[in-house]
Amino acid sequence: MTASARSIGAPRWLLAACAAPAFAFFAAFWLLPVARLVALPAEKGWATYFVVVTDGRYLQSMVNTLLLSLVVTAATLVLGGAVGIYLARRRFAGRRVLLSLLTLPLSFPGVIVGFFVILLGGRQGLVPNLGASVGLQGLTFAYGLLGLFLAYLYFSLPRAIATYTAAAEAMDMQLEEAARALGASRVRITKDVWLPQLAPTSVATGAILFSTAMGAFGTAFTLASKYEVVPITIYNEFTNYANFALAASLSIALGLVTWAVLFAARLTVGARPT
Amino acid sequence: MRPTATAPAPLLFAVTFAVAVFMIAPILISVMAGLVLNYSTGLKSGLTLRWLAQVWETYGDTVGASLLIGAGSVAATLVLGVPCAYMLARSRSRAARAFEEVLTLPVAVPGLATALALILVYGQMASFRQSFGFILVGHVVFTLPFMVRTVSAAFQRDELVALEEAARTLGASFRQRFLGVLVPAVFPAIVAGCLMVFTLSIGEFNLTWMLHTPLTRTLPVGLADSYASMRIEVGSAYTLVFLAVILPVLWALQALAAALQKRYGT
Repeated sequence: MTASARSIGAPRWLLAACAAPAFAFFAAFWLLPVARLVALPAEKGWATYFVVVTDGRYLQSMVNTLLLSLVVTAATLVLGGAVGIYLARRRFAGRRVLLSLLTLPLSFPGVIVGFFVILLGGRQGLVPNLGASVGLQGLTFAYGLLGLFLAYLYFSLPRAIATYTAAAEAMDMQLEEAARALGASRVRITKDVWLPQLAPTSVATGAILFSTAMGAFGTAFTLASKYEVVPITIYNEFTNYANFALAASLSIALGLVTWAVLFAARLTVGARPT
Repeated sequence: MRPTATAPAPLLFAVTFAVAVFMIAPILISVMAGLVLNYSTGLKSGLTLRWLAQVWETYGDTVGASLLIGAGSVAATLVLGVPCAYMLARSRSRAARAFEEVLTLPVAVPGLATALALILVYGQMASFRQSFGFILVGHVVFTLPFMVRTVSAAFQRDELVALEEAARTLGASFRQRFLGVLVPAVFPAIVAGCLMVFTLSIGEFNLTWMLHTPLTRTLPVGLADSYASMRIEVGSAYTLVFLAVILPVLWALQALAAALQKRYGT
């Protein structure tokens, strides 16, 4: 195509000069600090790196975070996929406004999502009030696992809806028409026509959703849930106990576990013949 | 254009309806709660602006701070990111690809960890640590990949490479080519990058919460404080202020995306 692309534009030294400020900034304010952070637990002894598996409290926190993130990702993909498929192929008045409203929460900080769940299910929340008016007491769910799950779902759905709507619009209608003409049931169409076409989107979106859920802090912080997730543990160790090395160790563990799950997912998806 | 489905799909419709209610109801409740006199009584207690006034009195400075840091992030990512995007679009070297990969890491790493790392290395420099500059640095590190990726994709377009080569053979210097041909050509992508960076900066919490001090608070930090310590009406009014700040920017982004789609068709 452009065989002489390297000579187009500018000589090598000029290109390097273009990138130098960004590289210098990045090295000074991210590469160096993160390298220092990764080396920090060693100051308290090599065992500090493995504290996430040796201490029951931290292991529980990691398992909590992993389970929550996996379940939220799965639920979001299914629900977001359904909404995306439905909205991609229908045209009705207000459709664009609806899509804007559904993707608006992408810009919210996690604390707002936590606040919304409190508005829905806190002590003065909508659901407890509705329940009380029909005689059901104690429907406050915001501060337990259900509240945390719904909050995580709330900030994950916009991303899935946005990507699935775009992907579903690109789906081949002819395949679906042919399947329907041949008498395929709805389940069959879902399994054999929709899922394969949406698979790349699902994998890419699922990866983003999972990483976001694993690292989410603001939402759990506002809900002050008893179900402790690793970002909250890291925050507590650093702020309340000034335990910098431990916070660093847990951060590394969180990063590694997130990466490992994504790596495993990439392997299983890659192994399937398309 | 695209054939639309007309067959009824009751399950899909039910799911879409339930999700829409779940996502939109809290926004509406929050807007209402910020404007009524008493949340427990609801709309019957009457509408008022006193909560907004209280928010402005207590947290007004955070709005200005967030807007300034957002603008600062845009300026910094423009100056740092646009030339860098050009280099990544033109260079074939392995070092460039490696740098491109590394540049996206701050997005994958939890903001909490990046903040811890910054505090570890720069926490002792008191004047830097306690300034808004510390927060700005965190925001730029987090938003730079978005600007670079958006603009780099635009720089790679084939017609742009041809245009640049034509200008070069006609004798234009690099500065003339960069400022006179390249930047105008990728202007829509640059604007999209600016809006994205601004939106991300306004809504950033995980990093900022760790980096802030009582004197350097941003909007999301103030929100967290108000949710924990103030009445539900005040928290809702403050959320309303956040929406008022972010919605115009999002609409501008959407309008730009629609205009770009009409022009380039992708």
